Amino acid sequence: MTLDALDFPFFQRALVAGLLASVAGGVIGTYVMVRRIVSVSGGISHAAFGGVGLGYFLGFSPVMGALGFGLLSGIGVGLAYRRFGSGLDTLIAMVWAVGMALGMLLIAMTPGYAPDLTSYLFGSLVLVSRDYILLIAGVDLVILVTVAVLFDHLRAIAFDEEFAQVVGEPVAGLFLTLMGLTALTVVSLMRVVGVILVIALLSLPAAIAQQWSEDLRNMMLVAVLVSAFCTTGGLFLSFWLSVAWGLDAPSGPLIVLLAASLYGLSSAFKAAGKTEVSS
Amino acid sequence: MKEPIVEMRDLWLSLKGRPILEAVDLTLEEGDYLGLIGPNGSGKTTLLRVILGLLSPDRGTVRVFGQEPAQARGRIGYVPQYTRFDADFPMSVLDVVLMGRLAGRGLFRRQSDRDRDVALSSLEKVEMTDLAGRQIGKLSGGQLQRVMIARALAVEPRLLLLDEPTASLDTRVGVSVYELLKALSREVTLVLVSHDVGVISRYVKTVACLNRRLYYHRSKEITPEMFEAAYGCPVDLVAHGHAHRVLADHLVEEAGQD
Repeated sequence: MTLDALDFPFFQRALVAGLLASVAGGVIGTYVMVRRIVSVSGGISHAAFGGVGLGYFLGFSPVMGALGFGLLSGIGVGLAYRRFGSGLDTLIAMVWAVGMALGMLLIAMTPGYAPDLTSYLFGSLVLVSRDYILLIAGVDLVILVTVAVLFDHLRAIAFDEEFAQVVGEPVAGLFLTLMGLTALTVVSLMRVVGVILVIALLSLPAAIAQQWSEDLRNMMLVAVLVSAFCTTGGLFLSFWLSVAWGLDAPSGPLIVLLAASLYGLSSAFKAAGKTEVSS
Repeated sequence: MKEPIVEMRDLWLSLKGRPILEAVDLTLEEGDYLGLIGPNGSGKTTLLRVILGLLSPDRGTVRVFGQEPAQARGRIGYVPQYTRFDADFPMSVLDVVLMGRLAGRGLFRRQSDRDRDVALSSLEKVEMTDLAGRQIGKLSGGQLQRVMIARALAVEPRLLLLDEPTASLDTRVGVSVYELLKALSREVTLVLVSHDVGVISRYVKTVACLNRRLYYHRSKEITPEMFEAAYGCPVDLVAHGHAHRVLADHLVEEAGQD
């Protein structure tokens, strides 16, 4: 009976959007995890919300606003990160909060009907449009091509930037490329889990994948699969709760909680494996 | 006359307002094998980072292969003192060594068979071929150090800079690394940073003492003046073969003052 969900066009679109976003999230989440820029990606996603507000206020597409704000903050924070290194907490916190404040303010000041904020903050897969699906597919294509071409180089700067610089790699350009791809990913995950929860879907599947991978390509693949499992699982769970129990449970939070539970399970298995080996 | 590999003239550098290098003059000719000694915090690593173009001097000039250091990249192999990366990073030993082959490869050229061959033969030189497929985090400290040396060799460098490369190696492997460097020194110009005066003087061609200022006479002999200037401790004992003890005592004493 839960499989009946597949008969609904909105559910089909939600499923496809979730799966496509898992590709971007798994691949870029892997870099975000190994390069240890989870907080930077959180800053970018919240800054993107400022763009959503600007879009509503000035009457252009909020998604385009998010894309613009995401890219700008990604490159801005990326440049600062390269210059100041890890002493960047304050700046990230500022970008994070200012993005949210700006978004809230601009949306509140927008005349006429108030848009549904929750769908941006916590995602609403069931509301995604055909256009948005095309956008995510486009982002996937850009990410996959870039990562395929620059794989060794992006891995080198994530692993040991100093040595990469010593052998003559254009480390600043590569890092900013990574920041740009992160911003694109954040926007494609925005409708899936919302700006507040993006950080979870970027980091949790990749963190699970890292526990079981000895190779970066494998880690990406596992992260994509875990992410696909969580988005699909969260969607079906949401549908089931609604049909069987009459509960209006949004999929975004369910997806995140599913990913967090998997992370807990994975860590427990990993720890159990270690004790077994050592005993 | 042939162009020097490295040429520093009256080089000054301070970090966070603290003077690290003062009036350093240094010329490295092709085929040199320089041992660089000095107490902790004397600027040894900083000097290497200037040659690598990772730090810019406040005053004075530095040329590497006759160029700005940043332009000379890709021809220098570097073994850092500390590894900064994450042990969980999903990457094999061979892939780490292949990083050395990124030098001059360009962003869009694929890794070639020759890149792989060079990486594998670099691993062979440090006796690590067996572990080529192992994840980098599953190595002991000594094994990791040898991988770092192999990675620097994979660059096929004209200049090799090593910062305390044997600090975490046991004696046997340490000696084999020094023998390897000695063999390499026939083709490559080397700078070896170490605190081990005894070892340094056994393997290198010339020795310099650094303590903000550089004391260097293009010779292997460490004069009492050089040593006293660099370490500020009694030197007549050194000349009688007690370098290790004198140095160790001195370092303990210095640590106690911090």
